[in-house]
Amino acid sequence: MKYTVGVDLGSTTTKAVVLNESAAVLGRGITNSRSNYEVACQVAMGEALINTRFSLLRGELKGAGLPDTELDRWVRELERLFRAEQYRSQLAVLTRELDRFAGRMLIGGGPLRAAVGRITSQMAAEVAELYAEGTRRKSDFFRDLAGGRYMKLAETESREHGVGYDQVVGLFDKSILDVENSAEAAGRFEDHMAAAVAATGAAGGVLGQAVSRIASLQLEQIGSVGTGYGRQRLPFPEGQIKSEILCHGLGAHAMFPRTRTVLDIGGQDTKAIQIDDQGIVTSFQMNDRCAAGCGRYLGYIADEMNLGLHELGPVACESSAPVRINSTCTVFAGAELRERLSLGEKREDILAGLHRAIILRAMSLIARSGGISNEFTFTGGVAKNPAAVRALRGLLAEHYGDLDINISDDSIYTGALGAALFALRDASRAGADASIH
Amino acid sequence: MSKDQSQLRQKEMIAKHFDRLAAAPDTGEKTAYTFVPGNLTELLLSFDLLPVLPEINSLQSAMRGKTAEYIAVAEKLGHSEDVCTYVKSDIGMMKSGNIGPTGQRLPEPDVLLLSYTGCFTFLKWFELLREEYHCPVAMLHVPYQPDGRITPSMRDYVVKQLKDEIIPTLERISGRAYDEDRLKAHLTLAAQAEDDLVWVLQSAKHRPSPIDAYFGAVYYVGPIFSAFRGTQAAVDYYRELRSEIEERIKAGEGPVTPDGDMERERFRVVVEGPPNWTSFRQFWKMFSDEGAVAVASTYTKVGGVYDTGFRHDPSRPLETLAEYCLGCYTNLGLPTRIKLLAQYIKDYEADGFLINSVKSCNSFSAGQLHIMREVERLSGRPGGFIESDLVDPRYFSAANIKNRLESYFQMLEQKRLPTGLESGGAA
Repeated sequence: MKYTVGVDLGSTTTKAVVLNESAAVLGRGITNSRSNYEVACQVAMGEALINTRFSLLRGELKGAGLPDTELDRWVRELERLFRAEQYRSQLAVLTRELDRFAGRMLIGGGPLRAAVGRITSQMAAEVAELYAEGTRRKSDFFRDLAGGRYMKLAETESREHGVGYDQVVGLFDKSILDVENSAEAAGRFEDHMAAAVAATGAAGGVLGQAVSRIASLQLEQIGSVGTGYGRQRLPFPEGQIKSEILCHGLGAHAMFPRTRTVLDIGGQDTKAIQIDDQGIVTSFQMNDRCAAGCGRYLGYIADEMNLGLHELGPVACESSAPVRINSTCTVFAGAELRERLSLGEKREDILAGLHRAIILRAMSLIARSGGISNEFTFTGGVAKNPAAVRALRGLLAEHYGDLDINISDDSIYTGALGAALFALRDASRAGADASIH
Repeated sequence: MSKDQSQLRQKEMIAKHFDRLAAAPDTGEKTAYTFVPGNLTELLLSFDLLPVLPEINSLQSAMRGKTAEYIAVAEKLGHSEDVCTYVKSDIGMMKSGNIGPTGQRLPEPDVLLLSYTGCFTFLKWFELLREEYHCPVAMLHVPYQPDGRITPSMRDYVVKQLKDEIIPTLERISGRAYDEDRLKAHLTLAAQAEDDLVWVLQSAKHRPSPIDAYFGAVYYVGPIFSAFRGTQAAVDYYRELRSEIEERIKAGEGPVTPDGDMERERFRVVVEGPPNWTSFRQFWKMFSDEGAVAVASTYTKVGGVYDTGFRHDPSRPLETLAEYCLGCYTNLGLPTRIKLLAQYIKDYEADGFLINSVKSCNSFSAGQLHIMREVERLSGRPGGFIESDLVDPRYFSAANIKNRLESYFQMLEQKRLPTGLESGGAA
């Protein structure tokens, strides 16, 4: 099966999207960018290809005449078991690395090794429960998922066995990088799948056969395009690197074909993009040397408040009287926050004010880029934040009246989708050239 | 980068001029500090006054990597972050011993000739220098051209000031009487050099363009924008430059870039706004690496817009100086600038235009977004917008500017390609 892939190497996360030859999305993958760009790219692509095989499996089973409801239930089950396998394989590498780093400690290595040993055994024992049917997991990233649990258990260790909490946490921070950088941790699709199928007890039947056909299917990459802030460091040739502004434009067009104005708020920049009816950029504005009011600002605020990034928006949405905040300077944000708290302002009101402030800054970029032509599409990681979306809707209505505002659940993949579409265009063009010659 | 004969000649001209300036305290030659837009070089030369151009010194300091230090000195003296960085660099240089671009000390001014052509900062700049040097200021007020034409009363107003204010002041400072024949002789030479400069700038109409009319052309306008307009040396320089460009056209060569000759012209763009000087080569490379050639620019018109037909006319010496000042790019209203840019895009068959906006340069940057929209509308070509600074290295964010330029050039590229894909099927 032939496919193209687009990779968006952002400052916070790396995203990959896999398309078939008729431009349908088969798989998406996402990972943290922070450790190593090249690895992040591999991991995201690997994830997208895993998801691609799941899409193909779904198609295969549908073809075999399985009713939709049963098919969905079974594939979901399989995917859940597959993820559990993947988690186990990552946890195995984490356990080994923690032990290795603890063993290197000059002082207190013994008790530390024992502590991380107890923690990881406990985590291994909890995998089945973590991936049990109906359990909600707070993130898809191993780092977040395993990290959250590890920190909790570290507190217990420190309380009950007197080992230094900071030391135990420090070991995690070192080891997790190796897990994220390791192909071994990610494991092989076939192995995880085989284990998952075995766990469903369907290995021998029609389902098992479909799985092994899909697992052994050759996937042939016919094109790839990289984009995003780290694009110069992607292992792609120069001609296959595209600006994220173009990719976001085309991606937004693919998701919502009537889009004419795109707002993208990413980790370290904000872009207002105007596109034509083909999804080609006609004009754009982006923040200049200061990244104030970008996604990183929210990350910083979340850290200051001891909240997860994904918890920030929901807390802000509880506000009924947002505080007026003008500064979107990331450097001053902490000071502003503490001052407001010391004045007795409510946490949710301050957060609502901060969200409004970053959207106000985006509004200025939109105005500078030529205003808004209907329809309007909001993309980038910040589009996942409900408080940012609420502030945006309010300000758009105030300044531009009634608009069609599109926000996809997959908005974070917009750039990668555009990149994959560019790859497909290039591949079709190359194919057309080849058939002429 | 290999240097052409004309470039070596220019270097020599500059070296000689700065030698003369350095020796001025001993030789007794008098100096006038003045600005590029609306400079009255022929008139100064007719009084044997040596011109010093603080803006050029600032940009030279930037290219020599000195401005971070100079700006810090000025900020220490209380100049805010938002003040024009040419001014701060100049003040810093003055306070650090007034060492000019050639490493020699510059003489103190005997007079500050303030020809006001649209940049309000010029007034404040010379107020600061006046406080420092306690020397007289000769102020020429040039009325702004709001609707794109010079009226007789505007011209008469400037001529009257030249007669009543400027010339008597220069006579007093130089100790020489006004000599109209000398002025006319300089104006004759000016017009000759201007003819060749315009020929060089218009050579960019060729495909491929033999010159880069922004980055390359800042070198070409050097002599005529500074101390040499109206001299035989400038006439010789432009004659030589012209013959070099003629050779390039014959050989079908593209422009010189920081990496040698450009191999393939992929994009032709018009550029509005001054360049960044602290990362000049890096900035230029961001264009040349993409195969982008500036075929016309407005920055190369700040010292005079010659390509729309103006030449210094020796038969009307004071009137021609007045018209020159009135017609400088910085003195033009937005509608005129918009028309000029749209005309350049048409005449030079440009794919689009780029604006380098400099926040600390009010005279250029105010209204640039409006300019962008209007030029897009008139020309049907897309505009790109980047932001940097004149000479403050802190405000050149390479990654951000490169990102915008790459996006812009890729956008131009995409517009040329057939789409080759029905988009409905995705997502």
